[in-house]
Amino acid sequence: MNPVSSFFHGVADRFRALPRWGRLVVLAVVVVLVYFLPILNPPVITTPDSDFGAVLFLCAMYALVAIGLNIVIGYAGLLDLGYIGFFAIGAYTVGVLGSAHAKVPLLLCIPAAMAVTLISGVVLGAPTLRVRGDYLAIVTLGFGEIVRLILVNADKLTNGNRGISGIPTPPSLDLFGVPHLVWDGFVARVDLDNQTRFIKFSVVDSIPYYWLALTLVFFVLFLDWRMQNSRVGRAWEATREDEDAAELMGVPTFRFKLLAFATGAAIGGLSGALFATKQQFINPDNFTILYSVLFVAMVVVGGQGNRWGVVVAAALLTYLPERFRDLSDARFLLFGLALMALAIFRPQGLMPARRNVRAKRADEETEVLEEGAAHA
Amino acid sequence: MDLLLSNFWAYTIGGLAFGAIYALIALGYTLVYGVLRLINFAHSEVFMWGSFAAVWVLLALGAKGATGLGLVAFLIIGFAAAMAVSAAVALGLEFVAYRPLRKRNSPPLIALISAIGASYVLSEAMGLRDKPFKWFGADDNLADYVGRPREASPLPLDVPTVRLFYIFDYHVSNIDLIVLGSAIVMMVVLDQFVQRSRLGRGIRAVAQDAEAAALMGVNRDRVIRLTFVIGGAMAGAAAMMYLLKIGVTRYNAGFLLGVKAFTAAVLGGIGNLRGALLGGFVLGVAESYGSALFGSNWKDVVAFTLLVVILLFRPTGLLGESLGKARA
Amino acid sequence: MPDATKGPAGDSRPDANEPPKDLADEASVTKADEHRGTRVDDDSVLPPDEEAVPDTSVDISVEEVAHLPKGKMLEVDDVTLRFGGVTALDGVSFHINTGEILGLIGPNGAGKTTCFNVMTGVYQPTSGQARFMGEPLGKRQKFQITKLGIARTFQNIRLFHNMTAMENVLVGADAHHSTGMGSALLRLPKHKAEEAEGNDRAYELLRFMGLEKRADELARNLPYGDQRRLEIARALATNPKLLCLDEPAAGFNPAEKARLMELIQTIREQGYTVLLIEHDMKLVMGVTDRIVVLEFGKKIAEGLPAEIQDNPAVIAAYLGVDEDAS
Repeated sequence: MNPVSSFFHGVADRFRALPRWGRLVVLAVVVVLVYFLPILNPPVITTPDSDFGAVLFLCAMYALVAIGLNIVIGYAGLLDLGYIGFFAIGAYTVGVLGSAHAKVPLLLCIPAAMAVTLISGVVLGAPTLRVRGDYLAIVTLGFGEIVRLILVNADKLTNGNRGISGIPTPPSLDLFGVPHLVWDGFVARVDLDNQTRFIKFSVVDSIPYYWLALTLVFFVLFLDWRMQNSRVGRAWEATREDEDAAELMGVPTFRFKLLAFATGAAIGGLSGALFATKQQFINPDNFTILYSVLFVAMVVVGGQGNRWGVVVAAALLTYLPERFRDLSDARFLLFGLALMALAIFRPQGLMPARRNVRAKRADEETEVLEEGAAHA
Repeated sequence: MDLLLSNFWAYTIGGLAFGAIYALIALGYTLVYGVLRLINFAHSEVFMWGSFAAVWVLLALGAKGATGLGLVAFLIIGFAAAMAVSAAVALGLEFVAYRPLRKRNSPPLIALISAIGASYVLSEAMGLRDKPFKWFGADDNLADYVGRPREASPLPLDVPTVRLFYIFDYHVSNIDLIVLGSAIVMMVVLDQFVQRSRLGRGIRAVAQDAEAAALMGVNRDRVIRLTFVIGGAMAGAAAMMYLLKIGVTRYNAGFLLGVKAFTAAVLGGIGNLRGALLGGFVLGVAESYGSALFGSNWKDVVAFTLLVVILLFRPTGLLGESLGKARA
Repeated sequence: MPDATKGPAGDSRPDANEPPKDLADEASVTKADEHRGTRVDDDSVLPPDEEAVPDTSVDISVEEVAHLPKGKMLEVDDVTLRFGGVTALDGVSFHINTGEILGLIGPNGAGKTTCFNVMTGVYQPTSGQARFMGEPLGKRQKFQITKLGIARTFQNIRLFHNMTAMENVLVGADAHHSTGMGSALLRLPKHKAEEAEGNDRAYELLRFMGLEKRADELARNLPYGDQRRLEIARALATNPKLLCLDEPAAGFNPAEKARLMELIQTIREQGYTVLLIEHDMKLVMGVTDRIVVLEFGKKIAEGLPAEIQDNPAVIAAYLGVDEDAS
């Protein structure tokens, strides 16, 4: 087992061994730390070349994307290479409704964005989920590109290449200020001049957006857990394992595949909406097909089907290039090399789904038992 | 509508010329898919490297300004260079990105991830080609080759457009003729090779049932190398034709073209060589008509919509998947 | 996981009044006792060669299946199926009565599995029809036919290999559940009730098959025989009126085969109707009520086991095949 996954599983095992109250305390501390990360601004971890809050927002947003795509790829086993299309539709729904053609408040735009992406997921999925898996990959790749081309060309609706600006922010609730920490080497000092207003969404401070995105991540993870541990999750898994056998065991596989596809699409739409309100300006260049590939990479690197794995992978794949900006020219090259190395040396992802680990351990234990029996 | 009707033949021939390029690239996808069941996502970068090879070789030979027989010679050299380099890159790709996976029987999704990684590596390596020379300070002498690596590089060849003859109301040019003519020659040669030669039979045998073929003494690895070489060479030829049609190439020129060529392969029935040709031409012509009807901005939308529609009604493509297994 | 010991009969500890089948297994039986009703922990990994002991005293009967009207349950009516030029089934007709074990036998390639595939909706017949409980199956999809009450196993084991034994059976049990996204997300009472019901049912079936100790192991890690039994458990979980077993004893040694046949009889005694495909004629003689013989896609005989045994056409069909069949 590689150090990364054994580290994470070791942590998970320790955590499980704690008493209930202990687990709650640990969980609470971790959650608070994660929320306060941009305030603490810890040295080494912080990004010297770009706004740390903005980077963390991107990490959380891509984590959300990865959770959504993990449902499609990891649970249902459908290779979707056009996920950026849903992301773009979500963002543009907010842009069109909130700024370009109406002034709908954001809190109504977001459900609208999810509804529109859900419907587009069904419209795309209904015909294409019946074709073979490889074809699905290419059809979705085409879809992602079509969405971008439509954004460029449907001038009247989307302003074409000029993009949409003035996208509404979430409603603010300006209660109090949270001063940031400033580090002098490894000595911390509270900087009263530099405060994040709780909770005021504006261009100048990304941290409230980070909090919003993080909250959504936790919420969607919770729903994701509930989905997976139910008839729905089992049906997805069975379909992925053996579609014909699942069908013959009474699973309406097509319906469940469509459900996975549409659910994933809706989460993609939610992420896109989040992106739009944070950036306040979007244009078609934000949604090139390269991102689709990046999203798939997040899911595969995280270990398909492992929700925490894909969250960590998404955050890392977003964070690392920002942290090491010196290498930013070469980052796609490094990224490609990393993908190849991963496929060749660790095909199950850095953090394979728990199930596989358990199976491996069972195998090992069986071996030990067998050897013991042989010696006896 | 009027635009299409009044220039019908211009759009048709233009579409066929682009279709020929798609078809040649599609052959690479189809061959590899037939033998390995793998979407060789990096094939588009094989094409792109071929196009740069042609540009560089012709630069090095000082081809600019050549006329007459010299021009013809340079054209042939350009084709040869592009085909050789593309074939070499394809072979290297097989060796580095796919063979290690095959040895451990990785699932298809993992192979696709490796392919995606390789695709990034190949295109970014081209996009960053000035870097190593900068370190060694040899930048200036090589500016034509590696300078401004993210910009378009032109084909250093002056091919005058000569209108040769009419097909109905369209005046066919020498470039149309070169592109279509060489594409058709290559396709016929390849088709005959696969149908008739011993190696071609090996390819078909592996495509049909790799295990049985191995038992019958077909060297699978050799067949796989061969398919990559052939596919690469075809992509190289396509790269030279692309340069003749478009005039420039870029480090990211392969991507969209690759997606479309794959579309063409699926359209015709992936794994089916003649299907790839048909798919390429159908796609090229449909795109061309589409741009006449809806404006050239919508060209790509037409292409992908066509793919979705055809897959709905004929999930195995226009001609079915003959190179590969019969589907139950 | 909820307590799974409350079977319909309330018979939670059957082996308390029944001696273990094999004394050498005593240790493991006690171990199973410890685990009964609790989640089986990871430390329950067994050596793969330890044979599972089916506990046939577990009541696995289902109300809706046990009290079906007598008569013809499934009728295959003049079914012909052609693939291109090949005629896989040629005017085959037979029926299955409620509550019986029907053997469908024939040499390899006789069309037995094809016949199954027509009945379970994998293939549409070229002509003729199959009727279930009087209703033509028509163009129903596979999962709809399963919900009607036909479940099957596969000649080549097709479990969900990366799911646990328990989860495999749960997927089967989900066939008569209807929890959707909404109730799963909100954890509505329906979800809870169906999860509890499914878990009880799955655990009951695993115990019946002797697989409860392996409930949390991945299907692909199970020994071969257990995988075969798990397939039967999974099919039973769908509450089938008709259970179709496609060569369930393939790859078993004669003793294992005999034990499996006993198990099949117990399944019937608990109220299920069984269609059994087998190419080993001797094997089916003992368990089946009636036998249908196919050869080259045609029915060549039908009748009681004794009649079939003496039927000259059957003997001719099987001549020389008997050797590989054992």
